[in-house]
Amino acid sequence: MTAPLLSIHDLRTWFYTESGVARAVDGVSFDIGAGETVGIVGESGCGKSVTALSILRLIQPPGRIETGSRIEFEGRDIVTLGDEEIRDIRGNRISMIFQEPMSALNPVFMVGDQVAEVARVHAGMSKREAWGRAVEMLALTGIPDAETRARQYPHQLSGGMRQRVLIAMALMMKPALVIADEPTTALDVTIQAQILDLLVDLQRKIGTSILMITHDLGVIAETTSRVIVMYAGEVVEHADVDELFAKPNHPYTEGLMHSMPHIGHDQERLNVIPGTVPSPTDWPHGCRFRDRCPYSWELCEREHPPLYEVGGAHVSRCHLAIEPERRNHPHPPLVVQKGVAAA
Amino acid sequence: MPGQTQDFALANPARPRESPLALSVRRLLRGRSSRVALIVLGIIVLVGLLAPFIAPYDPSAQPDIVALKDLAPSLAHPFGTDPYSRDVLSRVIYGARLSLLIGVLATIVSLTLGVAYGAIAGYAGGWVDAVMMRLLDAFLSIPRLLLLIGVLVAWPRLSIGALVLFLGFTGWFGLSRIVRGQVLALKHAEFVMAARALGASRRRILLRHLLPNLVSPIVVAATLGVAHVIVLEAGLSYLGIGVPQPQASWGNIIQDGADQVATLWWMSLFPGLFMVLTVMTLNILGEALRDAYERRS
Amino acid sequence: MNDAQPLLSVRNLRKEFPIRKGVFARQVGAVKAVNDVSFDVARGETLGVVGESGCGKTTTGRTILRLIEPTSGEVRFEGRDVRSMGTSELRALRREMQIIFQDPVSSLNPRMTVGAIIREGLTIHELAEGAAAVARVRQLLEEVGLRAEYSNRYPHEFSGGQRQRIGIARALSVEPKFIVCDEPVSALDVSVQAQVINLLGDLQREHDLTYMFIAHDLSVVEHIADRVAVMYLGKVVELATSDDLYREPLMPYTQALLSAVPVADPHARKERILLQGDVPSPANPPSGCVFHPRCHHPAKDAACAKIVPPLEEKAPGHFAACIKQPPTKVSWEEQKQAGGVHPPERYLPLAAVHA
Repeated sequence: MTAPLLSIHDLRTWFYTESGVARAVDGVSFDIGAGETVGIVGESGCGKSVTALSILRLIQPPGRIETGSRIEFEGRDIVTLGDEEIRDIRGNRISMIFQEPMSALNPVFMVGDQVAEVARVHAGMSKREAWGRAVEMLALTGIPDAETRARQYPHQLSGGMRQRVLIAMALMMKPALVIADEPTTALDVTIQAQILDLLVDLQRKIGTSILMITHDLGVIAETTSRVIVMYAGEVVEHADVDELFAKPNHPYTEGLMHSMPHIGHDQERLNVIPGTVPSPTDWPHGCRFRDRCPYSWELCEREHPPLYEVGGAHVSRCHLAIEPERRNHPHPPLVVQKGVAAA
Repeated sequence: MPGQTQDFALANPARPRESPLALSVRRLLRGRSSRVALIVLGIIVLVGLLAPFIAPYDPSAQPDIVALKDLAPSLAHPFGTDPYSRDVLSRVIYGARLSLLIGVLATIVSLTLGVAYGAIAGYAGGWVDAVMMRLLDAFLSIPRLLLLIGVLVAWPRLSIGALVLFLGFTGWFGLSRIVRGQVLALKHAEFVMAARALGASRRRILLRHLLPNLVSPIVVAATLGVAHVIVLEAGLSYLGIGVPQPQASWGNIIQDGADQVATLWWMSLFPGLFMVLTVMTLNILGEALRDAYERRS
Repeated sequence: MNDAQPLLSVRNLRKEFPIRKGVFARQVGAVKAVNDVSFDVARGETLGVVGESGCGKTTTGRTILRLIEPTSGEVRFEGRDVRSMGTSELRALRREMQIIFQDPVSSLNPRMTVGAIIREGLTIHELAEGAAAVARVRQLLEEVGLRAEYSNRYPHEFSGGQRQRIGIARALSVEPKFIVCDEPVSALDVSVQAQVINLLGDLQREHDLTYMFIAHDLSVVEHIADRVAVMYLGKVVELATSDDLYREPLMPYTQALLSAVPVADPHARKERILLQGDVPSPANPPSGCVFHPRCHHPAKDAACAKIVPPLEEKAPGHFAACIKQPPTKVSWEEQKQAGGVHPPERYLPLAAVHA
């Protein structure tokens, strides 16, 4: 077993706001191997984006990566690196693709220059060399007429094209890891298909690992080999993609899968997870999902579940691992009983 | 907008309700400078309101023209007396009342004009808006102070009421631009479209949907506007074309001591001090309100 | 299609937005947001309208309600001509046709309490006042799954899903017959989407509502719609029942669209039809068939660039705008005259079909 490329241990990123301490990421651990595509799936407020930003130390005050968190990459701990060292990693060894391409691009510079800048900063290339490589990269991402397009400004390009520019920028230095934070959410479905295809293709060609962050289970199924499900700042389930879809263990994962309409499955009513995500300044004690869970019982309130092993590399943060018969006796979740079920 | 809304279980029935107004006020009061400013301003306003009860002497009284002329501050007259043998402290107290009154009234006039003009231009749009804005540009190009000086010199011996009106008529230009901008943006807000979909009349939309959402910039403009008028009035009175004598306003008091500024130093210091305090606190509050408002949106 | 008169009937609807340039704001062109759209909606059904950005689906919904004035075309509600209505007639019509918006944040007035927001319709149409209005508001809140105590609160105190429910309550307050649902769940989390979708379904059954459901998410539309219209660059390019559309998409654009949807199943077939290039701008749509530059139909040829395909019935109740999918009224002679070299042939790639 080769050592993982990136290893996150007990990451805690907390935000010190006027309404309290928001524990956006509260003890997350996982590894990414070389050449792998790992997905993090979860809804808004689960902490997946903050996790991504933490990896690159892009968290601004009032947020802070708490001491005790470790992010090991290429033999160093990212959390304790100096400013210059972390700048050396960003865009070079680990790069990021954001959801909104328009806000990630500078509107007053040509896109070619922006892509070229990456090489000039990290590899010290000359202007001409960097430009040449930038055009190459843009062509590689499938932008037709790359030489001409490189001279255009962001507002002259469509959403899909801008995203390709971002991908080109991210891959310029052939990084070991690319973090893609909802890269296709803002795009139309046919463009999304193109971009996902491109990412998979480029990954094969260049050999980078990808950390794919999304709320879309379909994207997860199509692009990743391993999946992490996040809820309320924690990892609640972690398995290979086939295993996760075939045998979802955590009630949240189950609920999520059943609440999505699937083309071809005729359902009168969609299954619903009642209630809402609790507030990050106020995570409930015990299991954070218990109020919305159809199987919870007293243990779930008393004890915060650890990640139980439920089969091979499959782990799940749910006490059902020790009392599996309870799965046969679902009950209306507590939020329904209290009457605050509407999200 | 694609992507999910980033909020959590906010509607807990146990929590007390909070109007956007209450939220802004709460945020405003969080800053220490805002709290101090509010207290200081409150004191000054109280002084003005209670003038008849707390002023030691009648501000126009001249009980002893000879003995009480040009006296430096003492226990009997903490702010001294002026060349007309009147107690300066009483005059400053009554001055607070008058200056604040003029400030508030003139600002009310400006607000009414500015909001009306801006709202109509913004809501009407099209050529109406274009014409109104070009007119506004013309108005804005005339410096307010010069305009006032010009008008007041041409019409000396004006009543305070007329002064208030002129101050008001010259102070609405900036606000109307802001209001127009806001209305333009709000016009296309989805909740306005929803109101139209319900069958709301234009009047209803203007009054129930647009105006309430203009409160914040209006309050900010009002606060800063009062401060500005106080300074203007003081300046005009100092020039002799503002509040007519023998009424006491801060500007007048300074004017009275103008030819002997160095010797009658208390004639400039005390009214000046009060003015500076008032204007500063109003500005602090106005800026804080603007911050509170901007952060919410 | 039954013979009963459709609830809503749209014919040749067009909406153009002028493009102005220069100091004098001369009109130099027009964005044809809605470009000759026609369809019916039967009472009690849900018509789904899907398409990507710039296809005109949102503009169509708003134009039907005359929230945006149409440039030309006909809209009939229960047989009455909507476009020619005067102010008071239109206001009365507003009771019968309502709308729910996409963005839960901007669709509610932040300065009004929830109760006031829901009560507004009752006030405008004089349906209830005082205690009766308060009672009705409570009833509506409960109907959409919110607690009656919430009526004193302000929108910012609620989550996205709850705000959407408030918007739904507002639309229901005037007892409409027809509701345009403009991407009502797109801005919500997946699990919340399910709640709101179920709610919309329940309400439809309770109140015998008719929906025009606009969305870009094909799975959601398939779940909730009886019939689906696919739009591209301002035109309806396919119209069929939900089942027929997903099982046998005839218009090549629909085929590409369906194959592009990521399937939540790692073992699902991964080959898909990838469209080349980007969606062209509606200010400058391609000639002839607006989709032809990106079309993958094997019979595509020069005729496609010249002839605007009519939306015609290819199978009972299934309409598509493609001259290369038989049957077509555009004769082979006509096509040859326009430069056609490939005769029409049925093309139904597997990648597009969701069995």
